[in-house]
Amino acid sequence: MKSPINARNVVVALTALGLLLLPAYSALSGNIFILTLFTRIVIFALAAASLNLIMGYGGMMSFGHAAYLGIGGYAVGILAYEGIGSGFIQWPVALAVSALYALVIGALSLRTRGVYFIMITLAFAQMAYYVTSGLSRYGGDDGLTIYKRSNFGGIIDLSNRVQFYYLCLACLFGGIYLIWRIVNSRFGMVVQGVRSNEQRMQAIGFHANRFKLVCFVISGTICGLAGALLANNTDFISPATMYWTRSGDLMVMVILGGMGSLFGPVIGTIVFLVLEEVLSQFTEYWALIMGPLLLLIVLFARGGIMGVLGRVTRD
Amino acid sequence: MLVLVEQSLNGLQFGLLLFLLAAGLTLVFGIMDFVNLAHGSLYMMGAYFAATFVAWTNSFVLGILMALGATLLLGIALEFVALRHLYGRDHLDQVLATFGLILFFNDAVRLIWGPAGLSLPLPAWLTVPVQIVPGVFYPAYRLSIIAVALAVAALLYVVVMKTRIGMLIRAGASNREMIGALGINIKLLFTLVFGLGAALAGLAGLMQAPILTVQIGMGENILILAFVIIVIGGIGSIRGAFMAAIFVGLIDTLGRAFLPDLLRTVLSSAAASTAAPALSSMLIYLLMAIVLVVRPEGLFPAAKR
Repeated sequence: MKSPINARNVVVALTALGLLLLPAYSALSGNIFILTLFTRIVIFALAAASLNLIMGYGGMMSFGHAAYLGIGGYAVGILAYEGIGSGFIQWPVALAVSALYALVIGALSLRTRGVYFIMITLAFAQMAYYVTSGLSRYGGDDGLTIYKRSNFGGIIDLSNRVQFYYLCLACLFGGIYLIWRIVNSRFGMVVQGVRSNEQRMQAIGFHANRFKLVCFVISGTICGLAGALLANNTDFISPATMYWTRSGDLMVMVILGGMGSLFGPVIGTIVFLVLEEVLSQFTEYWALIMGPLLLLIVLFARGGIMGVLGRVTRD
Repeated sequence: MLVLVEQSLNGLQFGLLLFLLAAGLTLVFGIMDFVNLAHGSLYMMGAYFAATFVAWTNSFVLGILMALGATLLLGIALEFVALRHLYGRDHLDQVLATFGLILFFNDAVRLIWGPAGLSLPLPAWLTVPVQIVPGVFYPAYRLSIIAVALAVAALLYVVVMKTRIGMLIRAGASNREMIGALGINIKLLFTLVFGLGAALAGLAGLMQAPILTVQIGMGENILILAFVIIVIGGIGSIRGAFMAAIFVGLIDTLGRAFLPDLLRTVLSSAAASTAAPALSSMLIYLLMAIVLVVRPEGLFPAAKR
């Protein structure tokens, strides 16, 4: 019988508690910046968690996940620009368009394996990037300013910093709960089975690609939600949101935290973005340190932070 | 008609340049099973080295040769220090590690050369237009790019198909363990191949430098094009990379040149000028999607391992 108290669970519990109490700390210390930073972190954590669903559990290495951030964001931005400010319309549209995009590129990309899959998802994301760059009505390359955040009637006010933070946090925890339920369902078991041995699952009679595609679509939809949140957070959406280095960042967040662990992407996102923030205060050339650091993590810390924590407990 | 000839030549030139980049990428992937995202950084470094050395030596040819050597050395050093520890690891690990290298190189360049771009002026003897057929003039420099790239492609073919080193490279591509067991110094071979790939990327970068500005991030967009090419051509196949590179170069260039007019015949002028830029940037990705649907292994897949 494994004890539930180990290094990993303690870190997860403390992180979750910290995220919940953060606005209180921000209000007490008067540090508004930390709330802004963590709103961004929570949104990216949701995107990273959705990527983890296909990468960690489904074995699908998508290098184009930032496309959904952009699509979700543009859905909100374009509807707001056209005068439809209601979040009850904007958000479902954002999710639906993300899901549709995931369905189409998933159906095409899943015909390939391995490094081909990495590259084709990358290429499709670039394609989405160019499409949005060409939308001259909506700002083209320069992006689109969103003058009014999504309006949810009197239920919640997105312009209120604390309310918006808790909305993002609720989405993150909801997303992780959903992923947890998926991973432990029969469906999730099949997907993980396909990751370990596709031929065997095929032989037992599962239509492997169909399961992978559904998983891919779910992941894209969750990331589309993150995109809608992100657009509301920055009041702005531009093609740069879906530039390929952003997809790379998301992958780094997942791997850094620990691929295939439920809470790993959240830890990874916090470490990555806080590190970026801290380093860029020291020096303008933060990537000069971040790049080699990444190399070292890949070389020496397999399984990411969660993996290292797991080993600490076992030894 | 004249425009068509000129644009076709531009497309050919761009395609050959892409081939130099894609050849290095596919060589490294085919033989070492290594995905190198930092390949675009080597392309960028080639351009920066060229701009610097040409300014130092005041000689275009000397500067370019020095830049080529510098990129080769940089590639070998990179392989020696970091990348050789990643062979045999998961592709994802390689993607991440080399992604880290891109971040590093971009900031290193910003630190050394500053955020503003550089330019590499051409010597006078390369700027004269050359009459290729009566009435059609084409810049000598672009012609020389075509000539150099074709020569390099031919050289690559001879080296890979006719020499002992090439035989080892091909043997390494089909079975790495076996040639290691036969007493070939596989580590040295890998370092050489990586250096060769780096030099090819550097060559592409320094030849492109006088046409575009030398700037940070210049390697990234073109790297993705190189990926598209090796996916279309079939990963690990140099012949496939050559065909696909020419194809992509032509489609991309001709699409950008003629698509707006073509669209104007079906759409209203305003709609066409909005849709055309996006559509022409998308063309090659569409092409790749179609190729992958019809032939998921690419058009000229390398022999099955």
